[in-house]
Amino acid sequence: MGMKRHGLAAIVLAAIGMAWAVAPACADEAEANRAARWHDVAGAIFNGRKITESAGLIAIDAPPRALDASLVPVTITVQPGPKIVGLTLVIDDNPAPVAARFRFGPLADPHVLKTRVRVDQYTLIHAVAELQDGSLVSTERFIKAAGGCSAPGTESSTEALARIGRMKMRLVPAASPGGPMTADLLISHPNFNGMQMNPVTRLYTPARYVQSVSVTEGGKSVFTMEGDISLAEDPAITFSFRPAGNAPLDVQVNDSAKAVFKQSFPLETHAS
Amino acid sequence: MRVGACAEATRQNAGGIANIGFIVGSTGVAVIDPGGSLLDGRRLHAAIRAVTQLPITYVISTHAHPDHVFGGEAFLPDHPIFVGHWRLPAALANRAAYDHARLAAILGEADTGDPVSPTLLVRDALTLDLGGRKLRLRATTAAHSDTDITVLDEGSHTLWAGDLLFVGRIPSLQGNLKGWLTALDQIAAIPAVRAIPGHGPASVPWPEGAADERRYLTVLLHDVRAAIAAGQDIDAVTGTAAQSERGKWALFDSYNGHNVVVAFKELQWE
Repeated sequence: MGMKRHGLAAIVLAAIGMAWAVAPACADEAEANRAARWHDVAGAIFNGRKITESAGLIAIDAPPRALDASLVPVTITVQPGPKIVGLTLVIDDNPAPVAARFRFGPLADPHVLKTRVRVDQYTLIHAVAELQDGSLVSTERFIKAAGGCSAPGTESSTEALARIGRMKMRLVPAASPGGPMTADLLISHPNFNGMQMNPVTRLYTPARYVQSVSVTEGGKSVFTMEGDISLAEDPAITFSFRPAGNAPLDVQVNDSAKAVFKQSFPLETHAS
Repeated sequence: MRVGACAEATRQNAGGIANIGFIVGSTGVAVIDPGGSLLDGRRLHAAIRAVTQLPITYVISTHAHPDHVFGGEAFLPDHPIFVGHWRLPAALANRAAYDHARLAAILGEADTGDPVSPTLLVRDALTLDLGGRKLRLRATTAAHSDTDITVLDEGSHTLWAGDLLFVGRIPSLQGNLKGWLTALDQIAAIPAVRAIPGHGPASVPWPEGAADERRYLTVLLHDVRAAIAAGQDIDAVTGTAAQSERGKWALFDSYNGHNVVVAFKELQWE
């Protein structure tokens, strides 16, 4: 799995090497370069499968100019329509463009999904939804933010490491009876991205990041997420679901150092 | 001492945006923050030599941020002892390459320079003697940054507060909000009649001069905490928290949103 993903990253980087070498002389050229970059990145991630532009089915929102490039909130909203089985969030110009890949289980009601990412330079970000029939639809947004990947870890990363694996969950009851609940999941993890060089030793601080998050209720899946180094420190995921019963939400987090963190959150004590 | 420009680093100000200076004793000179670039440091060096030929024995860095440390290289020929927080060597190792690239893009490679890692480290407290003039150094836990130290010049009852104290320019939070308020309480008890802020005028009365900063940090803490308790999202909070402080600070719009994000990251675990 790890090898496969690294292989993918290598393909992507090789493919866009040429594009990076060209300094955009004007806005049109920059735009053309972004389109070319997305073509290459999408081709590598989705093995050349056809991707059509979302005609209003999904939308992606993020601040046009990020306040903190190492923590950029991204919201994906899905309109009622064809069932969505997966969502991929791509930060086109990040060194590891795939920020997260979600697979939705039977309990998911993916009308809203939020997370926080690192952004290395001005870039398009894409959300790609996979429909039940296997087709892919995408939507994009341009973000101005820079330095979120190679920036030195904030002073808080020491604290994140100290409480690694701790989780918080905030549940928002359904707006109407039988409607979906929303949950904010927060996972303490430094998500070290391996891109900071120590100028004395010339070594990179080793990457250690959240590789997967799985949320289930009573043994049934809400979603699983594959993460990568583009997720911000202390990964946060807001998701919506329809509880099958009153069993607690079980969360399991696996990181790249093979650590496993588990926690259960009762549904009823949080609902009011 | 030299009062820094109330601006971001530019080619015009050569990265000289922080307050930097020096103290002359009877046997030597201590530099307190060597400046925001090699050029800024060389200018400080020239200013020292215009006043005294005594050896520069200590170069003290109040914390790891580039506007305070990149002039360090300008003092290497004097072979001073470089002094800083016990976490400063690691902090510089972690961020110097990144800061260098960003600064060189603005100033040009020739004027940028590099910080010098300290060899004399302040774990809790440390006293330096310039010959009949004692400097009391104190380290804090994470506050403005996680490498903050203060310097009390006992002879003149002057506290060099570094970036634990901003006056006029909006405080920039890179460390720990609650820790900063605690550090303010601690340094308020230091017996000084004036303090030199890291950014702001040459000096302010002490401890009254910290009142505005304490108010801003308290409002920030209150607003972000209340927003988290109300279940608000980080993107909503950045536009609302501490907005009552708008108009009271220079560069408010450049830093307040980032401060809110840093505060949110810390307070979301309460």
